[in-house]
Amino acid sequence: MRAPSGPDVAVGDVLLAVENVSLSFGGVKAVNDVSFDIRKGEIRAIIGPNGAGKTSMLNIINGFYQPQQGRITFKGEVRSKMRPHEAATGGIARTFQNVALFRGMTALDNIMAGRTLKMRRNFFWQILRYGPAMHEEVAHRRRAEEIIDFLKIQEIRRVPVGRLPYGLQKRVELGRALAMEPELLLLDEPMAGMNLEEKEDMSRFVLDANDYYGTTIALIEHDMGVVMDLSDRVVVLDHGIKIADGAPAEVKSNQAVIDAYLGVAH
Amino acid sequence: MAPNAAAGADTFPKLLVRNARVFGARPAMRHKDLGIWQTWTWAEVLDIVRAYAVGLHRLGLKRGETIAIVGANRPKLYWSVMAAQMLGAIPVPVYADAVADELAYVLAHADVRFAAVEDQEQVDKILSVAERVPTLQVMLYDEKRGLRDYDHSRLHPMEDVIDEGRSALASDPSERAWIDDQIESGKGSEPSIILYTSGTTGASKGVVLTNERSIKAAADTVTFDKLTENDVALAYLPLAWVGDHYLNYAQGLVAGFCMACPESADTAMQDLREIGPTFYFAPPRTLELLLTRVMIRMEDAGFIKRWLFHYFIGVARRYGERILNGESVPLMGRLLYSIGSLLVYGPLKNVLGFSRVRVAYTAGEAIGPDLFNFYRSIGLNLKQLYGQTEAFLYVTAQPDGEIYSDTVGPACPNVDIRIAENGEVQFKSPGMFTGYFKDEDKTEEVMTPDGYVKTGDAGFFDEKTGHLKIIDRAKDVGRLKDGTLFPPKYIENKLKFYPNIREAVALGDQRDFVAVMLNIDLTAVGSWAERNNVVYGSYQELAGHPLVYDMIEKHVAEVNKSLSAEGVMAGAQIKRFLILHKELDADDGELTRTQKVRRGFIAERYAPLIQALYDGSKEADISTQVTFEDGRKGVISARVKIRDMKTEPVAVAMGKAA
Repeated sequence: MRAPSGPDVAVGDVLLAVENVSLSFGGVKAVNDVSFDIRKGEIRAIIGPNGAGKTSMLNIINGFYQPQQGRITFKGEVRSKMRPHEAATGGIARTFQNVALFRGMTALDNIMAGRTLKMRRNFFWQILRYGPAMHEEVAHRRRAEEIIDFLKIQEIRRVPVGRLPYGLQKRVELGRALAMEPELLLLDEPMAGMNLEEKEDMSRFVLDANDYYGTTIALIEHDMGVVMDLSDRVVVLDHGIKIADGAPAEVKSNQAVIDAYLGVAH
Repeated sequence: MAPNAAAGADTFPKLLVRNARVFGARPAMRHKDLGIWQTWTWAEVLDIVRAYAVGLHRLGLKRGETIAIVGANRPKLYWSVMAAQMLGAIPVPVYADAVADELAYVLAHADVRFAAVEDQEQVDKILSVAERVPTLQVMLYDEKRGLRDYDHSRLHPMEDVIDEGRSALASDPSERAWIDDQIESGKGSEPSIILYTSGTTGASKGVVLTNERSIKAAADTVTFDKLTENDVALAYLPLAWVGDHYLNYAQGLVAGFCMACPESADTAMQDLREIGPTFYFAPPRTLELLLTRVMIRMEDAGFIKRWLFHYFIGVARRYGERILNGESVPLMGRLLYSIGSLLVYGPLKNVLGFSRVRVAYTAGEAIGPDLFNFYRSIGLNLKQLYGQTEAFLYVTAQPDGEIYSDTVGPACPNVDIRIAENGEVQFKSPGMFTGYFKDEDKTEEVMTPDGYVKTGDAGFFDEKTGHLKIIDRAKDVGRLKDGTLFPPKYIENKLKFYPNIREAVALGDQRDFVAVMLNIDLTAVGSWAERNNVVYGSYQELAGHPLVYDMIEKHVAEVNKSLSAEGVMAGAQIKRFLILHKELDADDGELTRTQKVRRGFIAERYAPLIQALYDGSKEADISTQVTFEDGRKGVISARVKIRDMKTEPVAVAMGKAA
């Protein structure tokens, strides 16, 4: 099964492709012979019922899990598996289903942490905080402030994230991922547990990040309305198998998808 | 600084030119952007605004046309106002949070052809009602984000307009002469701005203010409060509100002081602390919120800090106000107060951003004496003013050293005030408006033939202090059967200043005497009950408890005493009261969603209780339907007791007015 590349998709080259990837935990096949691609500049949604293998798929892409079979092509380089540091240095950033921030650190410091990979000066320069290191710090701080402005979280800049409400923590996490200036941004249920207003805000930020920074985005989401509004293309997984792939409207009317979500009479 | 603060300039653009000349290198505006305070000097502002005006002119903005300004307090929006005024166009600021409907109404009514807005949100809002504003042709925006893919045939980033103006000025020397001529030929009698009133009653009206009147008014108050170019204000109040336009924009230009724009609406409190303004305005609600926040944080503090705080706040309550007013205070009091300053008041003011405040005002609604005195006691020179958009804000203001929590001060310099037959306050002031935009009838309604403006507020001059006291909206003020003035809200506010009283409904219009129905505050009375071993199972039980009645009776007696001392109000003392068995609730339609009492509805619903208040019964039965949070309905029945009150003897001979 190759992903159909419809003519209606106005995006660039393939940025990342997974081909015939399988992953199993003991006897459980989490991902089974799945292939799809993510094109430059698009918003790609991965959907599916609980346990469909969506998060496993993201974990394969950023190298947290290593698939037993299949190939991953990222920016033209073919690998049998990704490693986390390769993914990070290669320009893949992500957020997590259950927020994974440094809870004792401020929102600003968390976002600055996202710049770590971009810091050139070594540890000893950083300790000196003088000359080149200071200069670098200022440049990174500026980027961090731009992201704070972008996400409209100025008022929580100095607040330890552990004290923030959940919706704002999610926003800070997105900020940290954006601070990496990723080429590919993986969002694992960015809207989970949010109220309508927070969802609308978050959707706005996802769209703006895509538009403003040109970031390619792959997201897992449960809220079908959000998926249909945001994404350019949708891939649907069920029990580790890809059952559909295409434009949102197409996928929505696909019988296999309807059955997977609503269940079928046996 | 200069005794004649405006120094002959009769328009705002001329003032800007003067400021660039006199205070050229001093800061005119600050804005926190990307976490850093950016500063523009008066010379830089003039430079930008000149370029902006040229750019606007090239887009087609002409003298006498209107331009809408929509958004938060940002330098570019203030510059839009200045640039429009430079061309002789009239800015029309609109509240940033106005819903699309209101926005459409104002934009259409003001015939705007241009709109300068903050960001995508406002652009979208205006586009959604575009067909209702047929005159609108050009939109300018400040924040570029999200607008890249929009059709840019009639949409321009402000930055580009300014740049275009700047390059035009650079390449063509005649442009410079032209714009300077535009500034010169501006007339003081031309409208400088149209401010739309928020419109609590009916459609909003456009208040037209002129250059020279605005400047005259601002010059008077700048002198009154001795504001100079060294002052700093934080522009955090809505741009479209007369308060912001007056206090920050007009006074800023007249005195040459610096106006700082917060990073965002949510950071205003932090920005306040960083900027340390010297001139500050806050409505009572904001002051209350700040105090509550401090109190909550103090509860979490350690034992020693908490003790210090409460001890020295006690000291401040005893001596603080008297020290601020320059009265004589025992040496020990002075000593304790200065220790308190060092340990408590100073740090507290620093946290609140009040360290450098020299003049602070509050207005808009009645402020509780406790709240007012608290801020004054820690050394904040908080004063009250009374005004309205039609007056270009100031009608009265309290001068330093004559501060009372229950007055709004004497008439401002050059302002004439009189009280009409029906108790309504009328004024004539240097800054007063010339009329409502495109609404002759309404203008005629509020202007008396001899040139006074009717405020719609009822008030009287306090005999002791000579200050004005505002009691209520004139149309809400009733009369007892014998003709005594009966201002319900005035009485209710006096009652509600007691923390134990949550809500009050005063009755008396066309009746023999004043009676009130009260709600106790469950939190305040509940904690009192805990401390005094009063056992109760429900709100209803607590409300009906004889000890609670005793306590509330004391409050009512105090209110009577204060009413008796106020001449015209003495006849409106409370003769009977009861405590309602349930809390008035918006879900039951007894309050509006903004927590205002709906008198008509309550009169109907509690008719048996009202009847009992006036027929002399000692108690009455009532059953009312209630709506629970989940939408279910139920019925509460109760027997409510009624207490008689003694009234104080009328202090002065002139008890009954009219």
